[in-house]
Amino acid sequence: MDETTVISCTVNGEAVEEIVPARLNLVDFLREKLDLTGSHVGCEHGVCGACTVRLDGVIVRGCLTLAAQVNGATIETIEGVTATGEVADLQEAFLARNAAQCGFCTPGMVMSAAELLTVNPDAGRAEIRDFLSGNYCRCTGYQAIIDAVETTLAGRKNGGSTT
Amino acid sequence: MPSMVSWRLRGGAQRVRYRYVHQPNWGKIPVKAPPFAYVRATSLDQVFDLKAQHGDDARILAGGQSLMAMLNLRLDAPELLIDINGLDALKGIDEDGDAVVIGGLTRHVELERSALVATHLPLIAEAMPNIAHPAIRNRGTIGGSIALADPAAELPACVVALDAEIKLVSGAGERTVKAREFFHGLYDTARNDDELVAAVRVPKSPVSRRYFFSEITPRRGDFASAGLAATVEIDGDTMSDLTLVFFGLAGRPILAARTGDAASGAALTGDIDQIIGQVHAVLDEELETQADLHSSAKMKSHLARVLTKRALTQFAAGRS
Repeated sequence: MDETTVISCTVNGEAVEEIVPARLNLVDFLREKLDLTGSHVGCEHGVCGACTVRLDGVIVRGCLTLAAQVNGATIETIEGVTATGEVADLQEAFLARNAAQCGFCTPGMVMSAAELLTVNPDAGRAEIRDFLSGNYCRCTGYQAIIDAVETTLAGRKNGGSTT
Repeated sequence: MPSMVSWRLRGGAQRVRYRYVHQPNWGKIPVKAPPFAYVRATSLDQVFDLKAQHGDDARILAGGQSLMAMLNLRLDAPELLIDINGLDALKGIDEDGDAVVIGGLTRHVELERSALVATHLPLIAEAMPNIAHPAIRNRGTIGGSIALADPAAELPACVVALDAEIKLVSGAGERTVKAREFFHGLYDTARNDDELVAAVRVPKSPVSRRYFFSEITPRRGDFASAGLAATVEIDGDTMSDLTLVFFGLAGRPILAARTGDAASGAALTGDIDQIIGQVHAVLDEELETQADLHSSAKMKSHLARVLTKRALTQFAAGRS
């Protein structure tokens, strides 16, 4: 049986067609083949959340999804949502609150928080914590991260300003 | 714009530029899992045929939230992955008379947001946010959770508590196994290797029934050190048909039937601590807990008592 497979998908708005090894993880495909190194590789077994990317509009673990599985799918990475400006306010809030320390978890945090901003715009601190519980920050900068998400939620409610 | 903007996007470039060059040298690409072949199944018959050909060397890939981790850690080395994610026949949540039928490929997030589940299966609705994290719930499936039967998993305990039925399909046909007879031990179930969990049929919960779901975890979303899915009927002050299903305590969900029976008929008035004490006494005799990496058997027994107390306290507070 063939240990490679052909995939054709859309990554950050661009069509991609590739032959990939069946065992290649989505996050490794994005990083190594497409040079989209914003998605990070941490624990590689679904615990840390550093590899969080969007698959057909929802966040997934890039290390628990095979590149082979995204045939026909739409992928968005931190590079994509940055380029569209979708998370500009969130990133600004991260910067203002110094919520990115070493920065390793930051892309995953932003991708997760971006989903929270859309699925639960009324989230309080407890819900933000709960939603981000699947993303490790080993600088332990959680308070600042939650502050940044809280600021962004408030800003969006008040019509887009985060300041 | 903040500093985290990719350097390649600076200078106003809105278009991400990729390397499309095909690299025949796969040695440069990091891989975690051992090599395997991959088939995107387009029909159940194709899955059955492939399982018949490859037997135990083939694994079914559903949500992959446990299987992929096992492969990355090289705890498993199948020759073939059969991806069933394209099989729409296994998806969906539907009413069927006095039951709700949940397709095996239904993702956790769908159960979490389903109005049908919220109305008719409140225990499951309450359990869902406890399952791992949002990104995992976006992929993980009920069929995968039940087929794997992780001892700390929430859905196996819920389907046991709600006395659901598991529908299994294979090339030989289909059969139904009661959830209470499905879980045999650590990752050991009534499912044969060539069978898929096609659906779970859960009886609609009576409006009068009360529910409790809680688990104790080192970190929100982690595997539970101990968990409890409980249901009860309360008439006036009197409890009946108390169903306690513990998980994370041993190899499989434990239905504490003797404890439930002993507590049935008890009135939730007066000294609630006395009732809790009586229930604890039976529970201590009935439950056999096993240590895991994080907690000793003794600690698990303690946590089971804590959860039972919380359940009875909640039931007492919410009576009629």
